[in-house]
Amino acid sequence: MGLMDRHALIEKNATLLLVGSLLVVTVGGIVEIAPLFYLDNTIEKVEGMRPYSPLELVGRNIYVREGCYLCHSQMIRPFRDEVERYGHYSLAAESMYDHPFQWGSKRTGPDLARVGDRYSNLWHVEHLTDPRSVVPESIMPSYAFLKDTPIEVEDFSTHLVANRRVGVPYSDDMIARANADLMAQADPNADTSGLEARYPKAKIGDFDGNPQQVTEMDALVAYLQMLGTLVDFKNYDEAAGYR
Amino acid sequence: MKFGTQIFVLSLFTFAALVAAGFGVDQPFRQHMWVLFFVLLGFVAILIRNTNFEVAAPIDPSAYMDGPIRYGAIATMFWGVVGMLVGVVIALQLAYPELNIQPWFNFGRLRPLHTSGVVFAFGGNALLCTSLYVVQRTCRARLFGGDLAWFVFWGYQLFIVMAATGYLLGITESREYAEPEWYVDIWLTIVWVAYLILFLGTIFKRKEPHIYVANWFYLSFIVTIAMLHVINNLSMPASFLGSKSYSAFSGVQDALTQWWYGHNAVGFFLTAGFLGMMYYFVPKQANRPVYSYRLSIIHFWAIIFLYIWAGPHHLHYTALPDWAQTLGMVFSIMLWMPSWGGMINGLMTLSGAWDKLRTDPIIRMMVMAIAFYGMSTFEGPMMSIKTVNSLSHYTDWTIGHVHSGALGWVGMISFGAIYFMVPKLWNRERLYSLRLVTWHFWLATLGIVVYAAVMWVSGVMQGLMWREYDEQGFLVYSFAETVAAMHPYYLMRAIGGAMYLSGALIMAWNIAMTILGYQREEEPMPGSVPALQPAE
Amino acid sequence: MSDEHIDEISGVSTTGHEWDGIRELNNPLPRWWVITFYITIVWAIGYTIAYPAWPLLHSATKGLLGYSSRNEVRNELTAAEAAKGKYISAVASKSVSEIAADDGLREFAIAAGGAAFKVNCVQCHGSGAQGSKGFPNLNDDDWLWGGKAEQIQQTITHGIRFASDPDTRLSEMPAFGDIITADQIAQVGTYVASLSGKVQHAGLVEPGAKVFAENCVACHGDNAKGNKELGAPDLTDAIWLYGSGETAIATQVRAPKQGVMPAWGARLGETKVKELAVYIHSLGGGE
Ligand code: HEC
Ligand code: HEC
Ligand code: HEC
Ligand code: HEM
Ligand code: HEM
Ligand SMILES: [Ca+2]
Ligand SMILES: [Ca+2]
Ligand SMILES: [Cu+2]
Repeated sequence: MGLMDRHALIEKNATLLLVGSLLVVTVGGIVEIAPLFYLDNTIEKVEGMRPYSPLELVGRNIYVREGCYLCHSQMIRPFRDEVERYGHYSLAAESMYDHPFQWGSKRTGPDLARVGDRYSNLWHVEHLTDPRSVVPESIMPSYAFLKDTPIEVEDFSTHLVANRRVGVPYSDDMIARANADLMAQADPNADTSGLEARYPKAKIGDFDGNPQQVTEMDALVAYLQMLGTLVDFKNYDEAAGYR
Repeated sequence: MKFGTQIFVLSLFTFAALVAAGFGVDQPFRQHMWVLFFVLLGFVAILIRNTNFEVAAPIDPSAYMDGPIRYGAIATMFWGVVGMLVGVVIALQLAYPELNIQPWFNFGRLRPLHTSGVVFAFGGNALLCTSLYVVQRTCRARLFGGDLAWFVFWGYQLFIVMAATGYLLGITESREYAEPEWYVDIWLTIVWVAYLILFLGTIFKRKEPHIYVANWFYLSFIVTIAMLHVINNLSMPASFLGSKSYSAFSGVQDALTQWWYGHNAVGFFLTAGFLGMMYYFVPKQANRPVYSYRLSIIHFWAIIFLYIWAGPHHLHYTALPDWAQTLGMVFSIMLWMPSWGGMINGLMTLSGAWDKLRTDPIIRMMVMAIAFYGMSTFEGPMMSIKTVNSLSHYTDWTIGHVHSGALGWVGMISFGAIYFMVPKLWNRERLYSLRLVTWHFWLATLGIVVYAAVMWVSGVMQGLMWREYDEQGFLVYSFAETVAAMHPYYLMRAIGGAMYLSGALIMAWNIAMTILGYQREEEPMPGSVPALQPAE
Repeated sequence: MSDEHIDEISGVSTTGHEWDGIRELNNPLPRWWVITFYITIVWAIGYTIAYPAWPLLHSATKGLLGYSSRNEVRNELTAAEAAKGKYISAVASKSVSEIAADDGLREFAIAAGGAAFKVNCVQCHGSGAQGSKGFPNLNDDDWLWGGKAEQIQQTITHGIRFASDPDTRLSEMPAFGDIITADQIAQVGTYVASLSGKVQHAGLVEPGAKVFAENCVACHGDNAKGNKELGAPDLTDAIWLYGSGETAIATQVRAPKQGVMPAWGARLGETKVKELAVYIHSLGGGE
């Protein structure tokens, strides 16, 4: 029986064609995606990763909302120029709590995976308000409105709960204190000892230059300032991450 | 009563939207629900105006159902112009950042409007209407399911409107080509399953013993997109009365799921679906048989099997493990010939009718589409080679590749199909003007050439500047200097895009006049009428 | 199969089916196409044997070549380091002023520092290191924290008012809005402005001098020449971080801005910072 005659079976039977093509298109995905969930070395063993603090998470949501990922990658590739320009290449572990990931696919602007601690809060505020006032060559849009937009949340704990449901290890305590932590992190006068214990290395204080109000600018800058600062590379076994 | 149930159900949904607009937990969601409320209210009003209490006239079951296809052709043109206009706007924003109008019209919110606008609104409507046109004619059967086709059409438009307005309001999941949030995703799932039932149901009703190759491609496109869409959009809403949701996967797994989706949105939406289009409209317009049946079989199965594996080429050198990158690369290379199988079958269908290239601007458009398909499916595997990708990734080179495929292949083949269908759908003898098609052809072709060439240069330059070292081994350029160097290219790209857009505007005019029943008096195309003088 | 049919133009037979007038020729697969397809498949198999590729139960195949993209970059970085080896180890072992004194080494450090400056510093200090409002010019000889190579090195390593570095340079001008009256602020503003130029409200200068002596000399010094220990700027040189003029100065007195400069020691490493310090020192204002 020739190819054509055998194929005629499929060609005459829509169910066969449907099921056949569905089967054919599932193979690749299964072989490539499923192992990422079970192979041990997919996510490197590192110290320092923790879930986002509520303020950082709000900032991250603004980052997503404004489409920053369309111009900025957060994925430093293992090349000499990128390591020298942006810092240590990114590890899978560094985005293990990222729902969704923000690696990006286009670098109209520079990589931001390690932008945390690279600039001052003031610089970020000025840059986001009027990018060309600090970097004349910039083609980045202005986000001045963030400074005038107070953070609107009725109950931010639902966001932590949603994250916990998809695997982020937020504790009951973190969830219970979500709203308070959100406000405290951007308040220079708040007692933040508990916050620091829950979210080590979190940057605390007023970010947007207006201590009276917690704005979207506070949140976005808090997020930018923590990017790439969590993992302790001194204790990281690089060779174990070859895979 | 005509539309009785529809009016009732829609009113319920309209009311639900109103409630959600009142009780939503975040402002963008409340605004979005107001949009939904008014859109649905509009639908209800239209239905009420069109209702009547007479018994509906019986439908001739042997006649083709072309109403939704006519609407689809118009929707294709409309969204095409909108999407490309937004493309020109964002191109200009990159050249002149003052054109950003915060917050709603910033680049970051307009870019998804452009990509979804051209891929899903323009491309999607083109696929929807041509697939329904083709499946009826190649099965000799009326569309399955009565008004199901209307539901699919209007449901899909609702999806587009909700996605588009959502982006402007800042509602996005940030998954490229799958940006709409969870509730819009659910709606699309419903519409898409209805589309699958509609298409498959019609195939089941067919009077031809064999299923034509165009329908293999359409069917695999519909069913694969369903699978990809559902899995890639799995997410956990923070509240059922809020817009925000968090992806079910994180980090590296999320990245691969997304690009498994994203790559195959290209492979099945922008490729398989449009190959289906090619397999019907090219032989029809050329009036020639398809070149090789055996090639159809082999390249069909090879394409759909291999495409799925190639997603990791979007993640070369990232934190995705090396093994997965290798697979992404080798499967992309193996994809080269199966893709060219489609090109060969399309081009060689013209053998014996090459002279039509001179005389028929619609054929010319289709052939140009196939040529660009061949080009981008050569460039793609090349960019999948890790060494090449290390230069091209993150740069404008990718954008150039995208648009040689999108403008060249997706755009041109859709234009050709619409030019073919419209006179037949409205029972017109011919198009309003063939000369305008020639204008369109040249504007579009030049526009693509400018766009792709400019992005190629700027992409390679960008990639080289980032990694440029001086003799002592130090980086040469600051990032800001590379941004400044892009300016002339961004400007030229906008000009190329504007040319392409003006071609589309000419087409919209031509199509509108055809629908309205006008025929432009013009000299026939040279050679399109058999010469009268005797042969020498 | 059903009714055979020969296409007249090509002379090739069709498969016999017809859909809406479309037929299919029964042409064979083009040979070159088949061969190229096979070649890509064979190549792909070979490649997946050579490189990490197939996921198994506990790990993925490693490939015969033992390739790893991360290992690759590690080697590349080591090689790049080795290429500059002699210089790098000299930079590492010498102090910044020693480096600045050694012609060959200085030249290398300036090139290295200049490159690092482009990558890390231009966003704030400008592409010509000329600074802008709130971000100091690094070309001139006016220094907040001192223009000796070692002082510059210290500033770059630990930053200024950079909270997460315990050794950062720290000093805070108090907000005098809460300490002295609005009139006094206006007076002292005018006085300070008068030190380097003409003022409009000459009558305020004298009382302003008194306010200055009572409140400001502790940091800015008796003669207002500043104090580099405290990062208190020279107020007599007409070089302003936050703007010139009576009002701008009064504003700074009422609610002072406190510039923040990030610490680079931990991020870039000691050697890179030394190179940067030598580079900045060479820009013209080095002491
Ligand atoms: C149109 C593209 C575009 C968009 C959208 C965009 N940026 Fe940028 N961004 C740039 C460019 C170009 C630069 C480099 C020039 C400069 O520093 O301004 C840049 C630089 C930056 C930098 C400095 C990085 C560094 O290391 O120098 C930060 C931080 C930044 N952007 C954050 C953001 C955030 C946050 C958003 C979204 C709210 C955003 N960007 C949106 C184009 C963009
Ligand atoms: C976030 C923006 C920012 C970046 C990036 C930055 N600086 Fe600064 N730098 C400042 C500010 C602000 C000051 C002044 C602090 C003050 O007001 O006292 C400063 C001060 C300095 C000084 C002290 C000047 C003096 O008069 O004493 C030196 C030296 C310096 N920077 C060098 C560098 C170098 C080298 C780099 C790059 C590795 C760099 N800076 C990156 C913001 C920045
Ligand atoms: C505790 C120390 C301290 C005292 C007291 C102090 N200053 Fe300052 N002053 C500083 C520091 C530190 C800076 C630099 C801030 C910076 O680098 O961002 C500064 C900056 C300034 C500037 C801005 C200079 C510029 O280049 O724009 C002015 C003007 C000024 N001080 C005036 C005064 C006056 C007037 C008084 C008294 C009423 C005063 N200062 C008291 C520490 C002090
Ligand atoms: C009028 C013509 C068009 C212009 C001027 C235009 C312009 C643009 C611009 C400026 C971008 C953003 C590039 C960047 O971020 O650097 C873009 C992205 C994109 N466009 Fe277009 N476009 C046009 C038509 C189309 C068409 C017809 C399609 C598809 C059918 C299309 C598909 C896309 C896609 C998929 C992207 C995203 C690419 C990526 O993320 O890599 N465009 N376009
Ligand atoms: C054999 C066929 C093809 C292969 C192997 C291929 C391969 C690739 C590669 C390697 C990239 C770059 C990924 C990156 O570095 O980020 C890419 C991007 C892209 N290609 Fe193709 N390509 C093929 C055909 C096509 C066609 C026909 C189209 C369009 C109609 C297309 C549309 C796109 C789009 C939209 C992107 C951008 C994705 C993004 O980053 O947003 N490709 N493709
Ligand atoms: Ca604040
Ligand atoms: Ca989605
Ligand atoms: Cu792809």
